[in-house]
Amino acid sequence: MNDPLKRSHEPIFWLLFGAGGMLAAMLGAMLVFLLAFGVPSGLLPAEALSYTTMRDFAGNVFGKGFLFAVVALFFWHAVHRIFHSLHDIGIHAGLPARVLVYGTAAIGTLIAAAALLAIGF
Amino acid sequence: MSARRPYIRPMARWYLRDPFFIEYMAHEGTAVFVWLFALELLAGLVCLALGEAAWNGFLAWLDWLPAQIANGLVLLMLLYHGITWFLILPRTIPPVRIGHARLPGWVLSAAGMMAMIAASAVLATGAWLLARGGL
Repeated sequence: MNDPLKRSHEPIFWLLFGAGGMLAAMLGAMLVFLLAFGVPSGLLPAEALSYTTMRDFAGNVFGKGFLFAVVALFFWHAVHRIFHSLHDIGIHAGLPARVLVYGTAAIGTLIAAAALLAIGF
Repeated sequence: MSARRPYIRPMARWYLRDPFFIEYMAHEGTAVFVWLFALELLAGLVCLALGEAAWNGFLAWLDWLPAQIANGLVLLMLLYHGITWFLILPRTIPPVRIGHARLPGWVLSAAGMMAMIAASAVLATGAWLLARGGL
């Protein structure tokens, strides 16, 4: 804070928070509905969540990109908001807490990338 | 160490003092459910990568009643996140001007919610077409 030229990392995390929040606001509820209640409600045919359908979708470049964006951005949105809410509930969290909270998003992003790469193109 | 003990306004449970604060904590709290849903999707992706047996295990989890109840709660929370995200949008983005006139906040919120409905409809249609082998 004393050095006016010192750059903050905050804009990067804020941007991920904003992008994830917008994506979750636009599509989050419908994604939960389709995954958990799409078939039971009769909106989707039973083969919607079959292994073949989902492998095809995750094997497609656009499907892969969509799934990666959803999982990674939802994580980064959530951890940013959770970390800043810690202060609101009286936990004045420092760097270790930051690493712990944001770390879950980083690990989640890496696992998502690994799983999508393992599925192949 | 000073002998003075100045009055410090107590901050314990401040968020229960005012309905505005309660709503603030409620919409911030949706992040926990976004995190849980990201974790569920990640588990699904890992199962999908591991093969058909693992994927069918994930489908069995989705059919399990306690998971259905949990996902019902996640659904409500993501719906609440979406609605509040667009309700506070006029205060979280820079003012939008058309010519010299500033666009009223409610117009931005309404536009955002309509975009939410449209995007959700496109997503549902896409999933339906995909299941039919189309797209």
